[in-house]
Amino acid sequence: MTDTVTRQPAPRISEDLDRLVIRFAGDSGDGMQLTGDRFTSASALFGNDLATLPDFPAEIRAPAGTLHGVSAFQVQVASETVTTPGDAPTVLVAMNPAALRSELDRLEAGGTVIVNSDAFEERNLDKAGYTDDPLTDGTLDGYTTYLVPMTSLTKEVCKDLGVKPRDAERSKNFFALGVVSWLFDRPTQPTLDWIDVKFGKRPLVAAANAAAFKAGHAFGETTEMFQATYKVRPAELEPGTYTSINGNTALSWGLIAAAQQAKLPLFLASYPITPASDVLHELSGRKNFGVRTFQAEDEIAAACAAVGASFGGHIGVTTTSGPGLALKAETIGLALSIELPLLVIDIQRGGPSTGLPTKTEASDLNLALYGRHGEAPLPVVAAYSPSQCFFAAIEAVRIALKYRTPVILLSDGYLANGSEPWRLPDLEDLPDISVDFTTRFNDADEEGNPVFQPYKRDPQTLARPWAVPGTPDLMHRVGGLEKEDVTGNISYTPANHGLMTELRAAKVDGIAADIPPTMLDSDGPATVAVLSWGSVWGSVTSAVRRVRAGGPAVDHLHLTHLNPLHADLGDLLGRYRTVLVPEMNLGQLASIVRSRYLIDVKSITKVEGVPFTASEIAAAIAGAVDDD
Amino acid sequence: MTTDMSTGPTTTKADWTSDQEPRWCPGCGDYSILSAMQLLMPQLGARPENTVFVSGIGCAARFPYYMKTYGMHGIHGRAPALATGLATCRPDLDVWVVGGDGDILSIGGNHLLHALRRNVNIKILLFNNQIYGLTKGQYSPTSEIGKVTKSTPLGSVDEPLNPLSVALGAEATFVARTHDMDRTHMQDMFRRAWEHAGAAFVEVYQNCNVFNDGAFAEITKKDKRPSMLITLQHGEPIRFGAEGERGVIMNRSGELQLVDVADVGEENLLVHDERAETPSLAFALSRLSSGPFMPTPIGVFRAVEGPEYASQVSRQLAFAQDRSGPGDLAALLRSRATWEVA
Repeated sequence: MTDTVTRQPAPRISEDLDRLVIRFAGDSGDGMQLTGDRFTSASALFGNDLATLPDFPAEIRAPAGTLHGVSAFQVQVASETVTTPGDAPTVLVAMNPAALRSELDRLEAGGTVIVNSDAFEERNLDKAGYTDDPLTDGTLDGYTTYLVPMTSLTKEVCKDLGVKPRDAERSKNFFALGVVSWLFDRPTQPTLDWIDVKFGKRPLVAAANAAAFKAGHAFGETTEMFQATYKVRPAELEPGTYTSINGNTALSWGLIAAAQQAKLPLFLASYPITPASDVLHELSGRKNFGVRTFQAEDEIAAACAAVGASFGGHIGVTTTSGPGLALKAETIGLALSIELPLLVIDIQRGGPSTGLPTKTEASDLNLALYGRHGEAPLPVVAAYSPSQCFFAAIEAVRIALKYRTPVILLSDGYLANGSEPWRLPDLEDLPDISVDFTTRFNDADEEGNPVFQPYKRDPQTLARPWAVPGTPDLMHRVGGLEKEDVTGNISYTPANHGLMTELRAAKVDGIAADIPPTMLDSDGPATVAVLSWGSVWGSVTSAVRRVRAGGPAVDHLHLTHLNPLHADLGDLLGRYRTVLVPEMNLGQLASIVRSRYLIDVKSITKVEGVPFTASEIAAAIAGAVDDD
Repeated sequence: MTTDMSTGPTTTKADWTSDQEPRWCPGCGDYSILSAMQLLMPQLGARPENTVFVSGIGCAARFPYYMKTYGMHGIHGRAPALATGLATCRPDLDVWVVGGDGDILSIGGNHLLHALRRNVNIKILLFNNQIYGLTKGQYSPTSEIGKVTKSTPLGSVDEPLNPLSVALGAEATFVARTHDMDRTHMQDMFRRAWEHAGAAFVEVYQNCNVFNDGAFAEITKKDKRPSMLITLQHGEPIRFGAEGERGVIMNRSGELQLVDVADVGEENLLVHDERAETPSLAFALSRLSSGPFMPTPIGVFRAVEGPEYASQVSRQLAFAQDRSGPGDLAALLRSRATWEVA
């Protein structure tokens, strides 16, 4: 096969595609996440709109070649706006039999399979549970299949570089990337530049990867295997400067922005947990912004350290995922009781217990809303797209500071690791979220002497004063025991506890007047609406667009705040005969809406560790329209 | 430390006493510790507005309410973690942690270890009364084996923790012990803790006159002290007894041993070295007594210098700013590949 490189290019057809969904799958050690990431970056730079879905196992290196070691990366690139990583992939790149076996079912009918044929030897077939060779037994009938001996071609091209064969083999993912870059007409220079920078300190690795990439590209161009190339033209995006960003990075940058907009230092205390750790990593590298990061001994200590920081006048933040949120519950209750700002970020994953650490789910809504003892309401904000995590972080910090309350910000594994092009915001447009510390006495005692009352609330926000240590005269004690209204002294008086309970609830309820209305996407009078929260926004947006293109009007309501709910939500919901609520849980928001508004919404659920596809939601909408 | 006499007017005990009436049982050892602290603060020249007491849950944890400083009565066991966040962000403050043996060694044991090994600039006072008081009399992680309580009617079968051994094992840079019957000694220890740049751990033997009355009486009653308390003094031979007739030596197998000075000769007594680089001697001293019924060392076991956590954190921030310049958000947003759409 190696001589194919020297053949003359055959005349090809170039077809335009509106969109392409490609899924790279291989062993955990095959570098599929990196391959997908490079394809994504090249596409972003080319000007496509896109959305990605990394899908990998929790194990770092499961036994090579096995089904549970398969790591995949899906990306949708399009010449139009996209909000999901696509439903069924149109192209599957399978680096070994296990990848083919575990991923083939996802491929759309008649889709394209590109396999590394070298990996299809007996041992690997065994490990994947194939008794016959799927490349020849008819398994791939009905698909357009390309068998490319990627391992041997990569080894061959690296032979003269002085790279050991074993090391050379590791570059086969770049060969695969080269092939698909050619097939889908992606620019090559960004990837070559990236290899230079990334492996600059290891010239042999850089050379091998670059050689493999170029060889893959040349293979596509010169072999007569491929009948056509495909082009996905740049999308018409709003003018501006774009970068490609995933949710965890956007969230981290949002926290930095929030600190600047609040004019307060940021303190992040976290305990490593998938899929939240990248926020800790990102902010740990941003110390020049004055960000203090603290890797605590456990989830509880992380939350407590953040409360300590807030007591000292910093923005205390802790990041975690479901199991960690459960552990932090008591500390969140403390912050709620002593009425100090605290931001708790939960990057949701499959639960309960350890659950599915690397897979997405949105099943912590009830935990966020109700997961504390006592009457303990707090504001809950949910991000809905990777880039929007930036603004969600600022909004959550704003509420925490202004209302002196713990806030839970919900993201999820899909948002955290999924990426999309982001039009960079004008920083001038970010809100000023600064608040004043109390520095003077705020009351007088019976004799008229000035005193500081730590629980004398702002009449409008019901927030208590925030006087930080170091402020003369305002020394005071806060604690988890019930406090007397105004003075903050310990009080077990029945009526006072009732009053304080109601005040804490009223403070949070009152925030409804200080948040934007429900996000409403409507194209005309509709009797059916879809109500979403969190990352399902993307699938719903695509689905609604698809349904509208076919005919009936359908509205999309989206909640950015889960507590308090948007003030207009009840009235809005009353407009529709049918309201669908798709959630990556068993209907948590649906239950809330039913009990709160007495509207019998239709719950659509999916708890499989992967996001809804737009088709699933579109089908549900179509069904609802038919029944309506 | 962070404040000195020149930064504010002199204070008195009243300046450190809040308007809240203590709610400890009459006769509780906590009263004498509180009073010792309120009297000491003016001597230190500390400022109330720059002082924070942080606590968890338990009788001892009510301490912050009675100090006219900033204070936080937190949640059970977590005071060292709360204080770590505060002290890391606000190195200008004096941050104290107060807790009992259940709070700090049981539910919060993990946080104690990590606060100590990080050497965060917090002063941890462990009021050890070897019992759970606020939950009304269960055995604690420092209760002796065989302790009969409501939850151990046939006697505890749990090996107790030795708080000082735990602290030393966690690489604490300052470790001391005192008791609630001796205000001057308590104040000496609190002062030394306050002066120490880093995490300080002080165990205070504290009498719970309701649930474990007299737990330390065998060694802390005035007439027992000379023969039962071994007062450690840096650079001095370790000896005790009314006439200094008893002492401590390291025997040939390397173990500490109580002796009559007359039997071994004064020159063979162990000389205390709180600044020893390794904690071996301090550890051996922490294990000299197996309970408050035999001669027990008090004083500073260990006081060594080590990098303090918050200052290390601040140094890294300064280093990062020197290296990369002050953070520029607009540049950060453009720090990865960007492209223009016209």
